[in-house]
Amino acid sequence: MRTLIFRTVAPYFTSLMLIYSVFVLLRGHNEPGGGFIGGLIAASALAIYGIACGVSPVRRAIRFHPMAIAGFGLFMAAIAGIISLFVNVPFLTGLWIYPEIFGVELKLSTTLVFDIGVYLVVLGSITSTALALEERERD
Amino acid sequence: MASANNTDVNLESAMLLTEPALADWLVAAPLILGFLFGALCLMQRKNVIVQTRIALFGLLLMLIADIGLFINVWQNGTVVMTMGRWLPPFGITFAADMLGATFALVAGIVGLAGGIYALSDVDSTSRRYGFYPFLLLMLAGVTTAFLTGDIFNLYVWFEVLLISSFGLLVLGSERRQLDGAIKYAFLNLIATTLFLIGVAYMYGVFGTLNMADIARKAPALQDTGPHFTIAIMFLFAFGMKAAAFPLNAWLPASYHTPRIAVSAVFAGLLTKVGVYALLRIFLTLFPADRDELGGVIAVIAALTMLIGALGAIAQTDIRRVLGYLVISGIGLMLAGLGLGSEIGISGSVFYAAHSMIVMTALYLLAGIIGRLMGTFDLNKAGGLYQASPWLGGLCLILAFSVSGLPPFSGLWPKILLVKGSIDVGAWWLAAAIIVSGFLTTIAVVRMFLFAFWRSRPEGLVEIGPISREGRIKLYAALGLTALTVIAGVYPEPFIQVSDRVAFELTHPQTYIDAVFGEKQGGSGL
Repeated sequence: MRTLIFRTVAPYFTSLMLIYSVFVLLRGHNEPGGGFIGGLIAASALAIYGIACGVSPVRRAIRFHPMAIAGFGLFMAAIAGIISLFVNVPFLTGLWIYPEIFGVELKLSTTLVFDIGVYLVVLGSITSTALALEERERD
Repeated sequence: MASANNTDVNLESAMLLTEPALADWLVAAPLILGFLFGALCLMQRKNVIVQTRIALFGLLLMLIADIGLFINVWQNGTVVMTMGRWLPPFGITFAADMLGATFALVAGIVGLAGGIYALSDVDSTSRRYGFYPFLLLMLAGVTTAFLTGDIFNLYVWFEVLLISSFGLLVLGSERRQLDGAIKYAFLNLIATTLFLIGVAYMYGVFGTLNMADIARKAPALQDTGPHFTIAIMFLFAFGMKAAAFPLNAWLPASYHTPRIAVSAVFAGLLTKVGVYALLRIFLTLFPADRDELGGVIAVIAALTMLIGALGAIAQTDIRRVLGYLVISGIGLMLAGLGLGSEIGISGSVFYAAHSMIVMTALYLLAGIIGRLMGTFDLNKAGGLYQASPWLGGLCLILAFSVSGLPPFSGLWPKILLVKGSIDVGAWWLAAAIIVSGFLTTIAVVRMFLFAFWRSRPEGLVEIGPISREGRIKLYAALGLTALTVIAGVYPEPFIQVSDRVAFELTHPQTYIDAVFGEKQGGSGL
């Protein structure tokens, strides 16, 4: 798929999709969206970049191996559950804090940490599969 | 939306407002540790040395958590924690009674032994492709399946352990591994699907997925609800998972294909999750249907143990012999469920723990033997006794133990089971237990004779001594063998544990009360 149009558009497309995936992730707490679908969108963004410009630029761009990203996501999700231990509530209880930054109230929670973990797990594992499949085609 | 704090809602009826004791966290600890260390290993994928250290440390911590949980349950009774602070049955409950805690403890031992053995068995390529993360996640899945108190959550852990086991099965990507993995995956997915359909039925009938809640509601709906359909579905699904006759075909087709460390933990853990689920469903949830189905289960048990033992005699590959012995052991575990009496269940639970340890040790030993001889084929075996008499002794101990000969741990559960069978007049079940023990003896002694006793066949290379790296494997096998010797020579505490498990299982009200706290205590039965 090395057409000029696709290769020119792909980087913009990818960056837009990545931003949109974060938006979907954050929106997910009260409205449709969330870590899983956000991770899928991000993974397809990277897959598009891989199809347009080759797999190795993608691997260079994300710095870490996709599986390591998935591992970190899993780690975050587990940590999100353990935080409950220090507040004396059962495992995986949603805990909220409301810090004010520049006059805006931010709603932060362990649920969000868990959801980011899910996002990274999906992003990592799907990207890993997609990149492996794209690589095979050329080699 | 403003901050949720200022809405004035009475939380008492939906949420747990008391603080959980720190010791209650032990029930979630195997899950947390398995996932944390599995994730860390995944992040250190390329760095094989660091990854191995993290994994072994994680396995050790999981075992320590299992020991802590076991002691806690032994002293204080069932430990319960409901996730996310919801009250049961709304939240997902983890509840460790003696059954779950015992199985979790043995699983922790098996997992650590497998991890240690893998140090010299699994090469760095397989480690890079995720041996240790898979092992940790599988162990977390197995252990949490033993501890969860929610039927759908049980399904989830079945999936976690299945997917990890698929990964472990195909490490190495050899042709016969893929062949074995496809059979294993396909048949297990059928069983899982049936399980899921059963869960859906259950939710339709009871409107809840919490096991204690179902157990509480089951007697009232006994005459109107389709209990029997659900029970048969679970019997089919878990019978397949446990490799009970006639659904045992997948086990000998796949267990000899992966690396020995993988086969060993599979033999020790996977089929026993099926047995655990059967015990839980039929004793805690549907005791009335167990009474109906007891005869069927007992017949399945007798056939499973005989077919397994006969299959073991017919094989020439050591690993396939052991595969059939795993099946034979499943028959014994089901025998107690078929009887349903306290003594029978006690025998079943003791046998399950014994089988987990001994089958793992036998696979590990088979790995050592196979490495020394360069083959797993009994027709080309021989001369090992000259090379290593100690290994011969080890093999003989495990052979006696698995066939239930004194003075090793296989004897006592069999005595309990035989006594339980004779008590209710099921002489044929007692006969099946004794005959299968006899057939098992033939199978393992034949293995011993071929591999150790006879001299090395002409024209084969001489056997060298065990290498330094091979010693690690030997330590793992030795540790497990020591356990079977201790349980055989001094069975008193082990029987005490299994008796208490049996008592709790035959009195499901204790489990229900523990999950729902004192509030509902004493109602019903």
